[in-house]
Amino acid sequence: MDRSEAQGEGTPPLVRIRNLCFSREGRPIFDGVDLDIPRGRVTAIMGPSGTGKTTLLKLIGGQLRPDAGSVEVDGRNVHALGKRDLYRLRMRMGMLFQSGALLTDLDVFENVAYPLREHTRLPESAIRKLVLLKLQAVGLRGARRLMPSELSGGMARRVALARAMALDPMMILYDEPFTGQDPISMGVLVRLVRRLNDASRLTSVLVSHDVQETASIADLIYVISAGRVVARGTAQEVMASDSPGVRQFLQGLPDGPVAFHYPAPPLAQDLLEAA
Amino acid sequence: MLDALAHLGRAGIGAIRRLGRGHLLAASMLLGSGEVLRRPGLLVTQLHSVGVLSLVIVGVSGLFVGMVLGLQGYHVLSQFGSAQSLGVVVAASLVRELGPVVAALLFAGRAGSALTAEIGLMKATEQLSGLEMMAVDPIRRILVPRLYAGFLAMPVLAALFSAVGVLGGWFVGVGLLGVDDGAFWSQMQAKIDFHEDVVNGVVKSLVFGFVCTWIALFQGYDAVPTSAGVGRATTRTVVHSSLAVLGLDFVLTALMFGD
Repeated sequence: MDRSEAQGEGTPPLVRIRNLCFSREGRPIFDGVDLDIPRGRVTAIMGPSGTGKTTLLKLIGGQLRPDAGSVEVDGRNVHALGKRDLYRLRMRMGMLFQSGALLTDLDVFENVAYPLREHTRLPESAIRKLVLLKLQAVGLRGARRLMPSELSGGMARRVALARAMALDPMMILYDEPFTGQDPISMGVLVRLVRRLNDASRLTSVLVSHDVQETASIADLIYVISAGRVVARGTAQEVMASDSPGVRQFLQGLPDGPVAFHYPAPPLAQDLLEAA
Repeated sequence: MLDALAHLGRAGIGAIRRLGRGHLLAASMLLGSGEVLRRPGLLVTQLHSVGVLSLVIVGVSGLFVGMVLGLQGYHVLSQFGSAQSLGVVVAASLVRELGPVVAALLFAGRAGSALTAEIGLMKATEQLSGLEMMAVDPIRRILVPRLYAGFLAMPVLAALFSAVGVLGGWFVGVGLLGVDDGAFWSQMQAKIDFHEDVVNGVVKSLVFGFVCTWIALFQGYDAVPTSAGVGRATTRTVVHSSLAVLGLDFVLTALMFGD
């Protein structure tokens, strides 16, 4: 079985977004976004801060409702589902929040066991084995009795990743998993995302603005800017893009389509008004 | 002028929306009540958190309020030669009014503010979103057990407040000021009516428990998820709960004792 076969080449995408429009307090965030997340791949959504990358994950997870357009996950329109069906669908998704979102009154073991206790009737011995295996996969079996307040940022995200994997989901959504990590933690997380995706035949959606790390593991990259998809392709294809918005983002240029100055009246006018 | 009018209109619409969200949350919590029967352990944990941990402040406050009632009551009653009725005055004041009201105000300050801060911080740290994405309804799993814990703990706290208050009044009246011990207790026993006084007091504290806990949970759940937002929500919990308790006390007293 070659790689494309294993990854479901030719099968419908797991996530299919069409003409997505979403605004917040009158400010448009997405304006007609079309996007497909193929099964079995690591797909990265990249773009400057404030372009709505996290919002996109919340729209995929059904936590936000779009103004127009549709979001289909595994063939089901997320925003047409009732609460029960939506929760059933979410049981097949895992989400890794930027903060980890661990329950602070539970220790590491109980955090990972939480979805198992909520959604299964497994005996305690089975839950223990499953939790230890998930923690082993992220390298934190030995930290199972620590409280979230005793974990570093990188460890908290690894625990959150183990928790997101607890119910063996079909897809994991990663919200800025590398932000604020030291090089060791970042390297660990980068390898984990790729390894877990391949070992568990997952579909991974990775929202990030860490260009090098994301490009090193993503099979497919979308770059979003000003509410639209401005580039799509493999890491090499996106890196070679001559779109000004993509070049500004990838090269970290201070000025360009994303202006350095926030919109304001001319400086002289502001100074004279102050006088 | 127009700006001020527009500002007033926006504030009014905001308040009505908030009220609507609060009632929707209350309805969702009541619809999810089955959770406390399915998982009684959650309720027990919260009863400890909002009830047991409030015992000391409620007990100590009840003692001092009862002692003050003993002093003030003796001072007034002795002018009319009725100092032996001190037990009735202390008990009636506590069971009918001060027990439910002051215990509710203390509850809002201690447990209510803690509930708002806890839920608000869970929102700010994405724990509530995390639960939603794990297909766990945070209203049923987090809010409902806390609502019922507040509802059930309040009458017990009010009863404790009243009981300790009566002991405080007895200590001052009988122990320090020389009121007859037998008269203190026998008059109280004769004049305090179970239905009229005790049951009405319990009804009041059940209402206060529900309202204070609902306000606290809503303020946390609706808080702006920042440190300043959670701080403002905590303040609003104490202010709104206190005003609601005092306002509802008047309404309930009028309904129960108004002729």
